[in-house]
Amino acid sequence: MDMPDTVSAAEASASGFLDGDYDDAAGYYTPGTPLVDTKAPEGPIAERWQNRKFEARLVNPSNRRKLSIIIVGTGLAGASAAATLGEAGYNVKSFCYQDSPRRAHSIAAQGGINAAKNYKEDGDSVHRLFYDTVKGGDYRSRESNVYRLAEVSTNIIDQCVAQGVPFAREYGGLLDNRSFGGVQVSRTFYARGQTGQQLLIGAYQALERQVAAGTVSTYTRHEMLELITVDGKARGIIARDMVTGAVETHLADVVVLASGGYGNVFYLSTNAMGCNVTAAWRAHRKGAYMANPCYTQIHPTCIPVSGSHQSKLTLMSESLRNDGRIWVPKNQADCDKDPRDIPEEDRDYYLERIYPSFGNLVPRDIASRAAKNVCDEGRGVGPEVDGVRRGVYLDFSAAIERLGKKGITEKYDNLFDMYERITGENPFEVPMRIYPAVHYVMGGLWVDYDLQSTIPGLFVTGEANFSDHGANRLGASALMQGLADGYFVLPHTIRDYLADGPFEEITEDHPAVVEARESVKGRIDHFLSVNGTRSVDSYHRELGNIMWEYCGMERTETGLKKAIDLIRSLKDDFYRNVKVLGGAQTLNQSLEKAGRVADFFELGELMCIDALNRRESCGGHFRGESQTEDGEALRHDDEYAYVAAWEWAGEDSIPVLHKEDLVYTAIEMKQRSYK
Amino acid sequence: MSMNLTLKIWRQPDASSAGAMHTYQLADVSPDMSFLEMLDVLNEQLNDKGEDPIAFDHDCREGICGSCGLMINGDAHGPEVTTTCQLHMRSFKDGETITIEPWRADAFPVVKDLIVDRSAFDRIVQQGGYISVNTGSAPEAHSVPVPRDDALRAFNVATCIGCGACVAACPNGSASLFMGAKITHLGELPQGQPERDSRVVNMVAQHDHEGFGGCTNIGACTAACPKEIPLDVISQLNKDLRTAIRHGH
Ligand SMILES: Cc1cc2nc3c(=O)[nH]c(=O)nc-3n(C[C@H](O)[C@H](O)[C@H](O)COP(=O)(O)OP(=O)(O)OC[C@H]3O[C@@H](n4cnc5c(N)ncnc54)[C@H](O)[C@@H]3O)c2cc1C
Ligand code: SF4
Ligand code: FES
Repeated sequence: MDMPDTVSAAEASASGFLDGDYDDAAGYYTPGTPLVDTKAPEGPIAERWQNRKFEARLVNPSNRRKLSIIIVGTGLAGASAAATLGEAGYNVKSFCYQDSPRRAHSIAAQGGINAAKNYKEDGDSVHRLFYDTVKGGDYRSRESNVYRLAEVSTNIIDQCVAQGVPFAREYGGLLDNRSFGGVQVSRTFYARGQTGQQLLIGAYQALERQVAAGTVSTYTRHEMLELITVDGKARGIIARDMVTGAVETHLADVVVLASGGYGNVFYLSTNAMGCNVTAAWRAHRKGAYMANPCYTQIHPTCIPVSGSHQSKLTLMSESLRNDGRIWVPKNQADCDKDPRDIPEEDRDYYLERIYPSFGNLVPRDIASRAAKNVCDEGRGVGPEVDGVRRGVYLDFSAAIERLGKKGITEKYDNLFDMYERITGENPFEVPMRIYPAVHYVMGGLWVDYDLQSTIPGLFVTGEANFSDHGANRLGASALMQGLADGYFVLPHTIRDYLADGPFEEITEDHPAVVEARESVKGRIDHFLSVNGTRSVDSYHRELGNIMWEYCGMERTETGLKKAIDLIRSLKDDFYRNVKVLGGAQTLNQSLEKAGRVADFFELGELMCIDALNRRESCGGHFRGESQTEDGEALRHDDEYAYVAAWEWAGEDSIPVLHKEDLVYTAIEMKQRSYK
Repeated sequence: MSMNLTLKIWRQPDASSAGAMHTYQLADVSPDMSFLEMLDVLNEQLNDKGEDPIAFDHDCREGICGSCGLMINGDAHGPEVTTTCQLHMRSFKDGETITIEPWRADAFPVVKDLIVDRSAFDRIVQQGGYISVNTGSAPEAHSVPVPRDDALRAFNVATCIGCGACVAACPNGSASLFMGAKITHLGELPQGQPERDSRVVNMVAQHDHEGFGGCTNIGACTAACPKEIPLDVISQLNKDLRTAIRHGH
């Protein structure tokens, strides 16, 4: 790896590094040179994408077959890209760890997908979707990317409908829309509570069509364990065949990571069990910067934890907040009563009370923290876990009266079933109980306007990149981003890179390739040879507790510093004392988990450092030291209106911080207010 | 109120080795645990004892990805109409013996323990389980209204998660329900019409080629299906196949 791009203390203070009032993370990082995203074209924001598409060089159709692309991930971001690039005629290899591309975590998305179609004539437009997304992201996203996202959103709906995605329709046969989490227009398209499933199946089918056409080959039950870089460029991956255990080398001209988010660093989250950071983290260690890793979204509407056996948390789509009303008892004494026996006047509909204009539809971070606050006050409901009731009611009785049981069933049926299945309680009779849980990460690998990382030839799409949501993502915008990236953005930007081809031929015995392969084998051998006393899961659970406690809904300088110490010593212990049974040359689920947890330790530490550095509250990141008198988040645009992009500096070194200043030309920065 | 259970579980090191049932005792199972959390607890105990944990497929644990799937006391996904991951231990009794096996079907060979190879489903989809529309070539979404009832039926059958329970439950090992769901989903929509004939012909050919059996109208598939895909999708499949043949396919 090259020497990190650091700057001297004098340069650092000249570039504004040390002149703020605080440098909480001093000693935990080294200041680096600023980052500039050179790829975003100049000019009026509405013309930038058109210009970039025009400027991006073309690849002659007859040359495309000779250019090879590896895509890691078959979620919305990966499957859509693989299908589109296959259709264009490139030679695509698609990887996923599940047994079928259709099972990627995108399948679990419930609520919907946004698009600026303005079918409801309620004042929506590309500009409004852009504005809402930047505002929702608390002015911490890059405006040109967000504008492009809003711009291509409408094409997504056209494409999906043509593929046969069965979106909800009105009686006249036209598409239905609803309003969703934190916005005042109805722009969310949905397929009952299974939107992600239907969109992913559309993309999966398009992908399988290309498999039949011979342009895409799929590698299922394959886990990427290392990125291959040759002369500073991404040239392939090392993947383990999870059935035979074979460590395979796959070479290509360009690599795309669409490997999803890393919320499972918290152990308990709404992510699928296998979601991991390994693909992204391995790339980070090879030179790809990791941006804003501390930006985590905690979702307000999940089913509360029931006991220590809990392996994951289940989200109830926040579309439920359209019809459900959130409350807790006004009096602590009522908290263990049957909610139906608590009269109206003794209920505190706290979101409606504090935020009268948005009510139950305030953004996720506000709703989450408000729930935590009322529970911390001792007004939570449900079973006591460790002496606290962590739950609030989500009550449908008024909506059931208004829409009838049938109306509610049509809108939400599988969600109501799911809730009853898990808790044993029927939400048509008793209000649901909900509590916040980790759900999504806005942070991810840094990419430029072209979605290219700091490693040439490595592109990153979907939740795995940091690009569009700033410090907080609006509901129904991750599906939009995944499909925008995969169907409409990457296929244009990647061709500019591929136009440099044909690329130098690389063979499996190239020293850089051998080195990557041997390092993977070394790691596997290490995990299997420790033969200690603790299971991988027990470490993962402990790491998750540290993260939730100190790097969760509220973060403080002391807490974060403590977390970093705890993580470092837990990681040491893991490498000396983990117990992974079985062999390397076989299907071995403990071994798979060991590799993922090892990477989560390093990520967790970086998340804490990032959170420590950012002494402001913005979006999903709430620093206890930065709040208003009434406990609202307080941003500091003068000091922190930048993307924090972290460079790996080596095993025993502290990371290097590069800042990308956020400049807004099409929108004015405002303190967010939902009151 | 916790439970003590006797678990009889299929163990098989890999595809080419023979497998056998093994018996395990598990104490202190909470009724609020999911079935897979119960297996997690068993696996932690096995790991402590130095025994290889039991391999099983799972990912979302929300009943939507279709990864999980176990034969529980002879029923695909167990006693409730749901996926294995959404089954909770409150459906079982203290002192009960539970047998746990992988899907059994010629077209789904065992990979290890409770994991099977369902890639045949992907190959069936490759043979026409899609609408051919290249990215960027789609017309404006509102250009073709879809009657709400058709859209609803398409949606209801599109909810198939590809878990394979229908195949496991069928004495013939047929995948007709899975295939019928896809044929019906795409066939209900105007966009699906141009390829309607070739789709059904090619998918059925691949189905037979993979070694799935024929449908003899037993209905065990729909009874086992966690998404309650109705049996009439198989009638639709047969009807579409007849039509396609009449059209000369
Ligand atoms: C329960 C839930 C509900 C949600 N609801 C909504 C919603 O209503 N609207 C919305 O907009 N967003 C929603 N989201 C967020 C959204 O679903 C995700 O952000 C989005 O689907 C991510 O898509 P992706 O393609 O980036 O990644 P994923 O879908 O997570 O796919 C990741 C892919 O990468 C592969 N992969 C990962 N690591 C490796 C590796 N090392 N080697 C090989 N392959 C690897 C996986 O196999 C998988 O194919 C929801 C999220 C959750 C958890
Ligand atoms: S039809 Fe039902 S049982 Fe068969 S694969 Fe689909 S969801 Fe599973
Ligand atoms: S684990 Fe996804 S359906 Fe059961």
